Amino acid sequence: MSGIWWKILAVLLVSYAIVGGMLLDVPELPILNESIRNLYYHVTMWFSMMLLLLVSFIGSIRFLLTGQSKFDRIALHSAYVGISLGILGILTGSLWAKFTWGAFWVSDPKLNGAAVTLLIYIAYLILRNSIEDESKRPRISAVYNIFSFVLLIVFLVILPRTTDSLHPGNGGNPAFSTYDLDSTMRMVFYPAIIGWTLFGWWMVQLSMRLSVLNEKYEDNDI
Amino acid sequence: MKNMKTMTFKKLIGSISLMFMSLMASAQDGVEMADLMRSNGKIFVVVGVLLIIFLGLTSFMVILERKLSKLEKKASEK
Repeated sequence: MSGIWWKILAVLLVSYAIVGGMLLDVPELPILNESIRNLYYHVTMWFSMMLLLLVSFIGSIRFLLTGQSKFDRIALHSAYVGISLGILGILTGSLWAKFTWGAFWVSDPKLNGAAVTLLIYIAYLILRNSIEDESKRPRISAVYNIFSFVLLIVFLVILPRTTDSLHPGNGGNPAFSTYDLDSTMRMVFYPAIIGWTLFGWWMVQLSMRLSVLNEKYEDNDI
Repeated sequence: MKNMKTMTFKKLIGSISLMFMSLMASAQDGVEMADLMRSNGKIFVVVGVLLIIFLGLTSFMVILERKLSKLEKKASEK
């Protein structure tokens, strides 16, 4: 994507999510109290992460199909930004858990699944850096990245739903109905996801452009 | 007699604190204007701070992008 309009849209949507998320009415629920507003920020981090890692997954597939290095670059840098959002998601979730469940971490299928997912993706970066052969590096890491995304779906989406979990959205604990995610909450939640994902994509683009420059420099083209 | 004294003392403390509370209340009622930033427990101040931080991060992105474009231009000229 080129042009400036989607960047402006990203900034406007996130600003709207910040203002609307703090000020609009939310359902009054015990224990959660005002912290229900974290839905607009904490959950958004995870959704944007999943969308960016989906981009990374598609990038890896297209790299294996075409062999063009630009797709490998998309895969790597989307993973960078996606992992960063995931780390923010796990930190914000931990803080939220302390004040609703009473502990920074509880051994729960959703939480442990999220932690394992992050470790899988950090392993992707480590694997990449440990392959010295520059012709093998993108191909082996693309194959690994495809498996990572499949594991993400398993650990974040499927496994937590098969058992009971404290975390909303799993087992007999559906997220949207417990939050009573009414039309007001949806009106902030969905724009927030779009805004943060676009903002993340902006970060991915800058990161990619920097790496292109860096490669030219290392090849003595500059 | 002693009981009476403590009673009056308590009453005195009570009336003084009530006086202060009413003073504070009247001070608030008297000078308070239609001030958005001070309403609803000053939540708008927090919203403002969040917006400033986010827009600050955005300006960082814009400046970074400009610097990158300049470098790219330089690189393509060589």
